[in-house]
Amino acid sequence: MTDKRVSFAGVWLPAALLAPQLAITGVFFLWPASQAIYQSVLRQDAFGLSVKFVGLDNFVRLFEDPNYLAVVRVTVVFSAATAILSMGLALLLAVAADRVLRGSTVYKTLVIWPYAVAPVLAGVLWWLMFNPSIGIIAYLLRGLGVSWNHVLDGEQAMILIIVAAAWKQVSYNFVFFLAGLQSIPRSLLEAGAIDGAGPVKRFFTITLPLLSPTTFFLVVVNLVYAFFDTFGIVHATTNGGPGQATTILVYKVFRDGFIGLNLGSSAAQSVILMIVVIALTVIQFRFIERRVHY
Amino acid sequence: MNIFRTAGSIALTGAALAGVALGSSAAHAATEVVWWHAMGGELGQKVEKIASDFNATQSDYQVVPVYKGNYTETMTAAIAAFRAREHPTIVQVFEVGTGTMMAAKGAIYPVYELMEKSGEPFDPNAYLQAVVGYYTDTDGNMLSMPFNSSTPILYYNKNVFEKAGLDANTPPKTWGDVEEFSRKIIDAGAAPCGFTTGWQSWVQLENFSSLHNVPFASNANGFGGIDTVLEFNGPLQKRHIANMAEWQKSKIFDYGGRRSDSAPKFYSGECAMYMNSSAALAGIRTNAKDFDVGVGMLPYYEDVDGAPQNSIIGGATLWVLSGHGDEEYKGAAKFFTYLSSPEVQSWWHEETGYLPITTAAYDLTREQGYYKENPGADTSVLQMNLNPPTENSKGLRLGNFVQIRDVINEELEEVWSGAKSAEQGLDDAVERGNRLLREFEDQNAS
Repeated sequence: MTDKRVSFAGVWLPAALLAPQLAITGVFFLWPASQAIYQSVLRQDAFGLSVKFVGLDNFVRLFEDPNYLAVVRVTVVFSAATAILSMGLALLLAVAADRVLRGSTVYKTLVIWPYAVAPVLAGVLWWLMFNPSIGIIAYLLRGLGVSWNHVLDGEQAMILIIVAAAWKQVSYNFVFFLAGLQSIPRSLLEAGAIDGAGPVKRFFTITLPLLSPTTFFLVVVNLVYAFFDTFGIVHATTNGGPGQATTILVYKVFRDGFIGLNLGSSAAQSVILMIVVIALTVIQFRFIERRVHY
Repeated sequence: MNIFRTAGSIALTGAALAGVALGSSAAHAATEVVWWHAMGGELGQKVEKIASDFNATQSDYQVVPVYKGNYTETMTAAIAAFRAREHPTIVQVFEVGTGTMMAAKGAIYPVYELMEKSGEPFDPNAYLQAVVGYYTDTDGNMLSMPFNSSTPILYYNKNVFEKAGLDANTPPKTWGDVEEFSRKIIDAGAAPCGFTTGWQSWVQLENFSSLHNVPFASNANGFGGIDTVLEFNGPLQKRHIANMAEWQKSKIFDYGGRRSDSAPKFYSGECAMYMNSSAALAGIRTNAKDFDVGVGMLPYYEDVDGAPQNSIIGGATLWVLSGHGDEEYKGAAKFFTYLSSPEVQSWWHEETGYLPITTAAYDLTREQGYYKENPGADTSVLQMNLNPPTENSKGLRLGNFVQIRDVINEELEEVWSGAKSAEQGLDDAVERGNRLLREFEDQNAS
């Protein structure tokens, strides 16, 4: 092994090269994150006229609140379902697209398209299609004998945001799965075929294991997506209701902080979310580094 | 081509702006009074008109209205701006935010003080009692300027009423009527649903309580201090919510979502009756194209003593924020005088369905014959003035009210879906709401 390290003479050049990235990290991550931590130990009125230090009281209140724990449960269900649905669909599409010989670019483009739609926009579209009074899909479902009313039925509301969130993420997963599939050596599959393995057997014993690094990477990315990026969808479709059926953690941060102006509690919730995402990132790096070689 | 045109227009705009700047500084600099508001769409245009009309009446002050999104967004934006000391002089805050604003003593400049110091004529008695009551402190001083106030009323589809064999000119008066009419409508196949409601907490609990003269919260609904507890889980409210839950099963009532999300149910003819703000009138005029709309007062339970008492208001007022110069405050005071003049108020009332906030504006509208030409347009005013307000019908003043409303929304939804009984739902809402009130007390304890 040759050492690939490039060494610089002096400190200034490397520092200058790193500076833009460090500045961005500092301004957009370190500073807001430190603010969140600072705010999470304070209790103050909306205008910031009276501020007092309360230690970890904001956190204690959260974990004593049965509603917060309910929101955690909702988030787990939502994230798991979104990840499974969007990855399952994406894998199916990727396997299908991998076999298409003619016009594959068209298919790929069509599947990748939804990724370009802003979450709020996607949310509004789904809201309109599923609106119990005027939505076309709600109308069709009624024709099929399903009474669709997600403003009242928590399970239906959950299904709605899962479908909306998964739909957007299918594109992203599709790209990675397709790339993963295309990097599997044909010779392995051919060898399997010669040994008498059918297409299903080949998929589960050769393709899927070889895709596992991609799959694992996507699990983490999808969970992070479901945890954080789906705020717009929830905000535009259900507002977290009915009841708290679709209130996920990041939505509660917004609602308590920006609507309720309870900044201390909202900051404490952000800190908890920050810890979750740090944990996910650590898992991803450690796990992928171990699993990536065969 | 396009690029040239754009560049050209930018240059022109630049020149025009420079011209305006030069022109005004050449004459004398008009003091800008920035006004953040939450009136989008058509209402936004009407707000712009009020400001530009005011600006045209004099040359010393320039009121600049800025649309900041919905009520919540506008209030949040103003508070965030205050924390950064870049806040506007005037901000429109919805009634739910009143408790928060009143508690922020260092952040607001009370309107009665502003008018007094600016030497503007200001008589709180000129305003409708129910409007003043909501926005005065315990000493009777008006802290914010009433602007757009509304109260919930009942709208009904006259064509559906006729089809069901009901008198199209008789709206239901009591909840018994609502139930009976709805049954007839559903049985006759005139519509699949009896009624729906917007803003469920505001209409079915807050106004329901004031209309029946029962408390929504202790301490005179929060007017007496911030150590308030919620009391809307009384027997009467429980009875009503239980009825509605029962009606949900047979579609006499059909829930259509929070805020005004239920409106399409009425527009499409699915529900024959609809309870929402009197300011929903503009939207209903535009959207209810295939049928005639009648209006009536909110229903009440006949057997309750003293009902109907009077309804309370919603909507928003204009708050003046502290930390600006004397000139700006003078401009704001002048603008408020203009805003509350009978002509402006009467015009605003007729155009939007919001209440005329002064008695003079109400009289002017009546003298002009508006109510004769538009029967039912005065329903909101009459309903608000049914009786002199009591402790239970003056209004509500609760901290963290925005969140409490959300809690109520959540718990009511559990009741409508049958997951909780009315009793359980209201008890839980009160318990969760009280926790928010205690947090507010904690945050604002001096």
